Amino acid sequence: MKAAPFEYSRAADIDEACAMLAADDSARVIAGGQTLVPMMVMRLARPTRLIDINRIAALSYIRNDGDGVAIGATTRQCVVERDALVAARVPLLARAIPNIGHAATRARGTIGGSIANADPAAELPLIAITLDAVLSYRASGETAEIPAREFFIGPMITTLPAGGCLVGVRFPVWQGEKIGVGFHEVNARRSDFAFVSAAAQVELGADGKCKRIVIGVGAVTDFPMRLDSAEQELMGTTLDAKAVDAAVRVALADIDALADLHASAEYRRRAAINLASRAVVDALAHAQGRKSHAH
Amino acid sequence: MRIELNVNGTLHEIEVEPRTTLLDCLRDLLDLKGAHAGCEHGVCGACTVLFDGVAVRSCLMFAAQAAGTPITTIEGVTPGPGELSPIQDAFCETHGTQCGYCTPAMILVAHALLADNPEPTREEIVEAISGNICRCTGYAQIVEAIALAAERMRGANRPRSLSK
Amino acid sequence: MSADRHRYVSTDRRVREDRRFVVGKGQFVADIDLPHMRHVALVTCPYPAARIKTIDKSAALAMPGVHYVLDGRELAEATLPLMTGLDTPNVPRRPLATDVARYAGEWVAAVVADTRALAEDAAEKVRITYEKLPFVLDAEQAITPGAVLVHQAHGSNVLLDKTFVWGEVEQDFAASPRKLSLRVKWGRSATVPIETFGVAASWDPWREILDVYASIQMPRYADQISIALQIPVTSVRVHHDVDVGGSYGVKRGIKHTVLCGYLTRRLGFPVRLIEDRLENMRGGDAHGPERLFDVDVAFDDNGIVRSMKMRALENVGAYAGRSPFQLGKPIGAIVGPYKIKSVQYRAVAVVTNKTTQEAVRGFGQGPTNLALERTMDEVANALGLDRLEIRRRNMIRHEEFPYTIPSGTTYDSGDYHTVIDKVLANTSYEDLKKERDRLRADGKLAGIGIAACLEPSGGNATFEALLNPAITTSTFMDSCRINVDGMGTITASMHTTSSGQGHETLLGTVIGEVLQVDPDSIRVTRPDSLNSLPSGTPVGSRMAIMLGGAAFHAAHKLKAKLTAIGAHDLGIPLERAVFKDGTVSDRDAPQNKRAWGDLVQIAFRNYHRMPAGLEPGLAVSHVMQVPTGGTLPTADGRVQMYPCFSFEFHLVLLAIDPDLGTPEILRYRVGHDCGTVINPKIVRGMTMGGIAHGIGAALYEEFAYDGEGQLMAQSFMDYLLPSSREVPAVEIIQHVTPSPNTVLGQKGSGESGYLGAPAAVANAVNDALKPLGVSINTLPLKLSKLGDLIAEARAKKGN
Repeated sequence: MKAAPFEYSRAADIDEACAMLAADDSARVIAGGQTLVPMMVMRLARPTRLIDINRIAALSYIRNDGDGVAIGATTRQCVVERDALVAARVPLLARAIPNIGHAATRARGTIGGSIANADPAAELPLIAITLDAVLSYRASGETAEIPAREFFIGPMITTLPAGGCLVGVRFPVWQGEKIGVGFHEVNARRSDFAFVSAAAQVELGADGKCKRIVIGVGAVTDFPMRLDSAEQELMGTTLDAKAVDAAVRVALADIDALADLHASAEYRRRAAINLASRAVVDALAHAQGRKSHAH
Repeated sequence: MRIELNVNGTLHEIEVEPRTTLLDCLRDLLDLKGAHAGCEHGVCGACTVLFDGVAVRSCLMFAAQAAGTPITTIEGVTPGPGELSPIQDAFCETHGTQCGYCTPAMILVAHALLADNPEPTREEIVEAISGNICRCTGYAQIVEAIALAAERMRGANRPRSLSK
Repeated sequence: MSADRHRYVSTDRRVREDRRFVVGKGQFVADIDLPHMRHVALVTCPYPAARIKTIDKSAALAMPGVHYVLDGRELAEATLPLMTGLDTPNVPRRPLATDVARYAGEWVAAVVADTRALAEDAAEKVRITYEKLPFVLDAEQAITPGAVLVHQAHGSNVLLDKTFVWGEVEQDFAASPRKLSLRVKWGRSATVPIETFGVAASWDPWREILDVYASIQMPRYADQISIALQIPVTSVRVHHDVDVGGSYGVKRGIKHTVLCGYLTRRLGFPVRLIEDRLENMRGGDAHGPERLFDVDVAFDDNGIVRSMKMRALENVGAYAGRSPFQLGKPIGAIVGPYKIKSVQYRAVAVVTNKTTQEAVRGFGQGPTNLALERTMDEVANALGLDRLEIRRRNMIRHEEFPYTIPSGTTYDSGDYHTVIDKVLANTSYEDLKKERDRLRADGKLAGIGIAACLEPSGGNATFEALLNPAITTSTFMDSCRINVDGMGTITASMHTTSSGQGHETLLGTVIGEVLQVDPDSIRVTRPDSLNSLPSGTPVGSRMAIMLGGAAFHAAHKLKAKLTAIGAHDLGIPLERAVFKDGTVSDRDAPQNKRAWGDLVQIAFRNYHRMPAGLEPGLAVSHVMQVPTGGTLPTADGRVQMYPCFSFEFHLVLLAIDPDLGTPEILRYRVGHDCGTVINPKIVRGMTMGGIAHGIGAALYEEFAYDGEGQLMAQSFMDYLLPSSREVPAVEIIQHVTPSPNTVLGQKGSGESGYLGAPAAVANAVNDALKPLGVSINTLPLKLSKLGDLIAEARAKKGN
C-alpha cells in the first residue's frame, strides 16, 4: 500500500499554506497524518501536493482566551491530554481525549486535524459540538470563525472552504462553581472508533438544580448531534435518572442511525440513549463533588 | 528530494520520493530492517519507532516529515554486536517473543514507557502496549518481560547504602 | 523414556531463537534483497463473479519502471493448476483468474516494476472489462437446487458430501429417552498473522535452480512448485532459514509462489511479492473455516450422551486447495473427550463466491469443539443438571486409556478428571458461581463458561484418504540429521521453516538430553530443500512429537555409535560400556574410559581403532514415521488419525453489560495437559497465544461480506484483532499425562488454547444470557448482536 505520487512542500506560515492550497485544487495540508496517511496509502485520497504545516509554530498553542481556551490547530492531541489549563478549564475535553486512538496516534495526531477530518465517530468533533466551540480558519488572507454546529454538515464533510485551513479552536469555559462532565463511548476494543459516543456537561445552581446542560451524541449520525430537546427539558430540574432517561429517549426517538458491519441502527440508537443518560448522570455526580462512576 | 534524517544518533543524507514513508525509508534506504510492515495503515504497531523518544507509527509518517527529529529504531537500543539491553534480555528471559515480528516495536514501546515511568503497574504496561498487536504470545509473557525489565533496571547501579 | 528427572527436558530454558528477534535481526522475507530484484503488485477483480472480457495493458506498460504485465491466460498456458486435495478436476485453481473471476479481490493480473510503489501505480492503469455474473455467498443457498454455480463445469457447488456412520446410530437414538438438536455457526475468521505472505523467487537458468525465499508453512511446498511450473523438484530450492512472522496454518502462498516462479523464469531476474494488507485480506486466500453445524444428540436422564449425528457444512470460498480436509481431521476426535458410543458424521464442502479458505490452526478441530461443547451445555440445561457434572459423567476415565472412539482413532492417554480437579483446586467452582451471582445481583449479565476439549497432535494425513479415496498416503514424516565434526562440535539439522515455535531450541534440548551435553553447545541448521530430508512441516501440532522424535532417535543412533567405538577401543563387550556425559567407560572398571575428544579422534582420524563395519565420521540421521500411523481407512471410514491427544479444560467468568452488550472476561483459568513438556516457556506461550486467538474468533473477528459480495472487513480497521486490553490475565494449570506413543511422553501443544477458548467464551455468554431465556450460537459474538438480542429478550419479557 503505497500512496500515489505527490509533491511535498513545507509552509513557513499559514498564509503560505493557504496560497499553495489555492493554487492547486488537489493540494491538501498534512498535520499529524494519522487519518490522512492511511487514506493516501489505500489510494482513497490522492492529493497532488501535500503541504506540511507541522512546523508552523504559530499554530501550536494552548492559552486562555477571555472566557475560553484557545487551542491551535496543529497542537498535538497528547499535549492537550497532559495540559493543566485544559484539565482545569475544559474538563470535558480532557475527559474525552484519552479515548482517541492510541498513545502512538495521539503523539502525532492534532486537534485541528481530527476536527477537519470530521469522522462521524471522532471524539473531537463531538466535544466541539457539545461545547459550542468556535473554529477559526484562514482562507484568502482572512481569518474567519464558524461555530462548530455549523461546521459539520455531513460524514467527513465540513464547510471549510476550498483553499481554507483550520487554524484554531476555541472552547468556551463555563464559569460556575459546580461544573461536572461525563463522557462514554462503546466500541469493540477500547481505542477503536466509537460505535456510539456521548458527552455531557452540566452546571448546577446554588439550589442544586440544573442551571445549564449540554448533551452531545456521536457516531450515530453523519456528524455529532446535540440533544437540544433533552437539554431544554432538563433545565432547572434535579436531573434524576428517570427524567434524564426519558428526556434523552425522546430526543433520540426518531433519529436515522448509522448501520454498518459493527452495529445495527437499532443498536446505535439504543446505546446512544444509554450512554447519553450515563454521561449526564456522571456529570451530575461530578458537579456534586461525588466520584463519578468508572467509564 | 534530499532530506537529512537523524537515526540512532547518525545523520543520513538521502534521496527520497515525497511518498516514501519513514518505515520504507528506514528499511529500504537505510537498511534498518528491524521496523516491520504489518498493515501499513497505522493499526498493528509493528512499524513503531521512537520519534524524539516517543513511540509513533513510522508507516503513518512520510520520511520528508521526519527530518530534524531524532529517530530511534531497535538497532539504536541494541548495545553492541552480540549484546542485549536489559529490556531485550528480559524479553529473552520470559520468552516475550515467538515469531519476532512485533517484537522490535514492543521493545521500543517498553523503552519509552520505562523512560517515563520506571515503576509501571501491570495495568500501565497493558495500556502502553495496547497499540501493538501480537498474534503469537497472547501478551502475557510480553507484559512479564517489561515488568521484569523495570524491576531489574530499578535495581541496577544503586548504591546499597541508600535505604530506598 | 521413564519419568526420571530430565536434565534439560522440562527445565525452564531460554528459547535461543529469541536472541535474534529482540534485536530486530530476524530474517523475514521482506528483509531479503536479491540483486536486480523487481516487485509485483496485483490487479484484482472488483466483482464477486465476472467474466473477464478484455485486458488492456498498454497504459500500464508505458509507465516508468514497469517491466511486465502478466495475465491469467498466459500463466495458464505455461503452468499446471495448483494442487487440490479433493478429486475435483473441474474446479481448477490458478494464481490468476483465466476467463472467469470468482470472488471480489481475486487476482486477475500481476504487474512487475522496479519498486512496489511503481507496480501499484501501474496496476491502477491496467484496464480490464468485465461482464458481471450472478453470484452466491451463503453455503446453504449454494446447495439448494437451482443455485448459481460458482464453477459451471463442476455441475454443482458441492466439492464433497460424505457421510460416515460409526456404530449403531439409529438404534442408539431410538433407545434413548431424550434428544436434542442444535445449530452452531463458526463465523469466517482466520489467524491473520501480523506479517503478510511474501515470496522472493530467482531462477538461475545455468544451474537450473529456482531459489525460493518465502514466509511459508506448507507441506509439499517444493513438490507443488515443481508440479505447477513443470520443472523437476530438484530444480526447486526452498530456503528454510527464512523466519516466518506467524502463520498458525495459513501461510500456504502457493499461488503467490507459482506466480513469482513463473515471472522470474520468464523475465530473467528475481521477483518479489509481499502482499500488502489489502491484498492479503481480500485475495491472499488465507481465510479460515466458515462452518455451520447441525448436531443431534441422544442421551438419557443422567445426561449420558449415547449417540451423536453431526452435519458440518463448510463454506470453502471460490476455490479449494487443501482446506476441505479441515472437515476430515476432526473425525479423529469427533467425540471430544467423551464416551459417545456411536456417531454419524456428514461432511459437506461447498464453493461460494467468497475468498478461498486455507488451513487454520487446528484444521477444523476448533469449530468442531465449539459444536461439541455448546451441545454438552445444552444437554445439561435440558436436564437441569450442572454443566461440569455432565462432563465428568461423560468423560473417558484415566484408567480407560488407550481408548478407541467410534471413528477408529485410539486416544493415547489422558487424565481429564484430574486436570479438572486441579483447576478447581486453584479456583473454586462454587466461589465462581457466587461471584457470578453477585454480578447478576449488581445488574449485569454474568456467566461461567466451561470447555473440555482435545488437541489432536502429531499430524498424520489420513484424513486425506478418508475424504479422497484416490489418496493412499499413510505417513507424514519428519527427520533430523546430526553431525559431529572433526573438532567434536555437534550440528543438528531440521528441514522446514518455523514461525515462532522454538524448534531450534526443541532440537537442542532433545539432543542434549540424549547425549548429555549442553543443548546450547549444539548448532542447529536449516538446510534448504535440496539438502533436506523429508519434513511434513509444522502442521497438526506435530513438531514436538515428530521433530523431537526424529532428533531423539538420531541422537540415540549417535550415542550407540559412540558407545560402540568406545567399547571396542576399551576392549570390552558392549554390555559393559556406559555412556555418560559424552564419555564411554567400563562399567566394571570406571577408571578406564574414552572421553568425547578420544571418540572423535578415533572416528575421524584413527580408523584403525574403529570397530569393523562402521563408517568413519560421526554422521547419523533419522527419518521418522508417525507413531500409530501406517494404516489406511477401512471401508466404513474408520482410521487411526493422530497419535496423541492433549487436553485442555477452560473455566471462564464473563460479564455482559445488559444495555450495551459489551462482554468482559473477568477470570480465565485453563488446565492444560500436553504430556511431557519439553520447554515450559514455549508451551506456555503457545497456550496464551492460542487463547488470545480464540478470544478474537469468539468475540471480535469476522471476514464479513455484504450482500453485494464485497468483503467488508478489508483492513485492520474493521477486522478487529485482540490487543493486550482484550486478553485477560490467564492462569494456566499444567498437568502431565505422558503419551505412551512418543519418545519422551510429549504431546503437541501448537494449537492449545485456540481449540477450546471459543467454546468456553461461547458457553460463558450463553450462561450469562440464560436468565433472559435466549441463546446465541453464531460466532463471532459481537457486542452489537448481543445488545440486540438482549434488548429483544427484555422487550418480550416486558422489561
